[in-house]
Amino acid sequence: MEIAMERILRRVQKPARYVGGEYNQIVKDKAQVDVRVAFCFPDTYEIGMSNLGMRILYGVMNEMDGVWCERVFAPWGDMEAEMRRHQLPLWALESHDPVRDFDLIAFTLGYEMSYTNLLNMLDLAGVPLRARERDGLHGLVFAGGVCAYNPEPLADFVDFFSLGEGEDITVEILQLYRRAKAEGWSKAAFLQSAAQIDGVYVPSLYDHTYGPDGRLAAITPRDGAPATVTKRIVQRLDEAYFPTRSIVPSTEIVHDRTNLEIFRGCIRGCRFCQAGFCYRPVRPKSVDVLLRQAREALEDSGYHELTLASLSTSDYKELEALAGGLLDYCAPRKINLSLPSLRADNFSPELMQKVQKVRKSGLTFAPEAGTQRLRDAINKNVTEAEILETCATAFAGGWSSVKLYFMLGLPTETDEDVLGIAELVYKILQCWRETATSRKRGCRISVSTAYFVPKPFTPFQWEAQISPEEYTRRQRLLKEHMPSKSVDYKWHDPSLSRLEAILARGDRRLGPVLEAAVRRGARLDAWNEYFDYDAWMAAFRDCGVDPDFYARELGEDEPLPWDTIDVGVRRQFLLRERRRAYRSETTPDCRAQCTGCGADQLYQEGPCDA
Amino acid sequence: MRRILFSKTGDAIWISHLDLMRVLQRAFRRAGLLLRHTEGFNPHAFVSLALPLSVGTESRCEILEFDLAEGQEAGDLVARLNRALPAGIRCLASYEGGRKFRDLAQLEVRVLLQYDGGVPSGAAASIEALLTGPSLPVEKKSKSGWTVADIRPMILRASAAQADGTTVAVRARICAQNPSLNPDLLARAVAAHRPELAPDFAKSFREEVYAADGALFR
Repeated sequence: MEIAMERILRRVQKPARYVGGEYNQIVKDKAQVDVRVAFCFPDTYEIGMSNLGMRILYGVMNEMDGVWCERVFAPWGDMEAEMRRHQLPLWALESHDPVRDFDLIAFTLGYEMSYTNLLNMLDLAGVPLRARERDGLHGLVFAGGVCAYNPEPLADFVDFFSLGEGEDITVEILQLYRRAKAEGWSKAAFLQSAAQIDGVYVPSLYDHTYGPDGRLAAITPRDGAPATVTKRIVQRLDEAYFPTRSIVPSTEIVHDRTNLEIFRGCIRGCRFCQAGFCYRPVRPKSVDVLLRQAREALEDSGYHELTLASLSTSDYKELEALAGGLLDYCAPRKINLSLPSLRADNFSPELMQKVQKVRKSGLTFAPEAGTQRLRDAINKNVTEAEILETCATAFAGGWSSVKLYFMLGLPTETDEDVLGIAELVYKILQCWRETATSRKRGCRISVSTAYFVPKPFTPFQWEAQISPEEYTRRQRLLKEHMPSKSVDYKWHDPSLSRLEAILARGDRRLGPVLEAAVRRGARLDAWNEYFDYDAWMAAFRDCGVDPDFYARELGEDEPLPWDTIDVGVRRQFLLRERRRAYRSETTPDCRAQCTGCGADQLYQEGPCDA
Repeated sequence: MRRILFSKTGDAIWISHLDLMRVLQRAFRRAGLLLRHTEGFNPHAFVSLALPLSVGTESRCEILEFDLAEGQEAGDLVARLNRALPAGIRCLASYEGGRKFRDLAQLEVRVLLQYDGGVPSGAAASIEALLTGPSLPVEKKSKSGWTVADIRPMILRASAAQADGTTVAVRARICAQNPSLNPDLLARAVAAHRPELAPDFAKSFREEVYAADGALFR
């Protein structure tokens, strides 16, 4: 294998991503290990190594005695071709051992368009795709991540899912597996027992039946499996494992810097946002812990850039104190600090000046919709006045580039809302003319529109996705009305977002479609170079499945494929929010007033820090 | 300015030139050594490598030049760096000063030619004769497409010997800068001129660097 690898690596792009050996990778003595986990990220090394969740769980698993967790990533197309030509099975980076020799094969699922990579990686590993074709305890496949909240399209392929934050549940799963392996349990016995762990969902223990209209009719648990499976959360974030001694890649990755997670959850409740509801309740880390972890992580990694990770940085209550403390450490050491996810409504000039001391980067805003009416409907509680005020502060402070993110196809959107985006851009240009202190390079505004995808566990989970043709019409309408040629307008490819919508709310009948798509060459779908919509449409035809069925409006009385799963936020709350959206009625953020979403019930050691 | 001499072997040979610059700079930070940086909003460290190394080539003679920030002590630098470097990169020595990089003129290289079905008889002698013959035109990829260049003037000396049943080892002293010869071209020249001796696989090693006068370059 090593000899074949050495020869292949010479012919592929960026070979360093296939060999491991980076600073801080974990290598254990196989003789001292009884559970080996191949932790797979269903995308390339550069994307996967940028994922904080994977780094946390890699550390959590390797902290366990007798457990060795190694990393596996999807090969780029040139590497895959070489591997197939030389019959080289997919290997793990640390030991270079084939993935098929591992006890457990784990995947983290952050994006629906990585599903084909999961199948393709199993295929490259020489592991049977379908769970029922894999006997015994060896090579069990499990998965977690935000897509596991509607795992049904993958139910045929994945033995069990781990729901929610993995710090504790992963340890419980591995402990059970160790016992099962030592005592020689059958796979069925292990899965039945695993289903009793809070947060473990075993799809094969639930029967899904469909009515004559094609809709899901009922979900029936078997063999003592619980009727609902509730996601897990970490109760005390300050004490939870955080990877301050983490792998430092030897080749450039997407987020090539130290990432410091400052809190989990979000107080905002934007009605389209799956993360905003699924990561609740809100739990902060304290400034002292964060300062210590930042210092340790920077010293240990040698990175000269630090970024704060959360869903909304400026909602961290003690951001001024944290930023101040971090800057005191970073500035003399020539370390750049970046604060992403700042909101237009609470971004202070003082904070901006502080950040500017180290480095000036661009401003990014996500108003999401062009009119106040629609922003209210989606509960993006930011006003035009706030956006313009923040831009004015930024322009006066010497910034001259602004990035704006919007969505097209949001529920209740009309042409007036679409044109409202162009108007807002015009006003920002005007604002620059009035306030800019540095006019040399002109004002650079980039606008990007995404195609709205309804996601499970949001108030918009029942909504239809508009057709790709309608999306394209609205996108062209907007392009015609963009106020200036200097505005750089980019829009998402509708076919990719269409598939994302289908998979996000898909059911088990999409399993055969996924398999057919992979057989037809679908993989690396998130990459333009590889995305092949025609292969997908052919796969739907092969299986006699109508893709549009999954993009339609769902009935409120209709059982949903993800009804077995509980993320803490109650269905009644989501319905109430949907009604308010139709009335363009905002819901204040959780700090103004508790909205009663229900997620705080998961947090025994609370209270929710809203 | 200070320099380190380091080796790049094992899986580290797959790290590209640009990535290596980042790897080394981070290793300095991990070792607790702050490099001297440029001023401004986007400061970068003063570091440079003597001679870029192709991806996939092993080396025991890489040289990095750098400057420590004011007040930083270089004591114990080799050991500190070695604790901070990833597998395959090892710091061998650290010293002050050195000859100008542009004086680096010759490379001692080793090229292993591998024959999966066993070394053809007389291969080593035939290869040595080829590499030391009157001329050695080879197709090279340039900015304007493929061109043919005679690489023989850039080979100062060369010898070949059978290393084991499946390997011929070529040792050569070649030009390093103005012009410079990629050692991989030696294997390509064998394949082009002696098709019956074309190896199944070849890999190159950078063994030592010299100045134009033949003195060790440091």
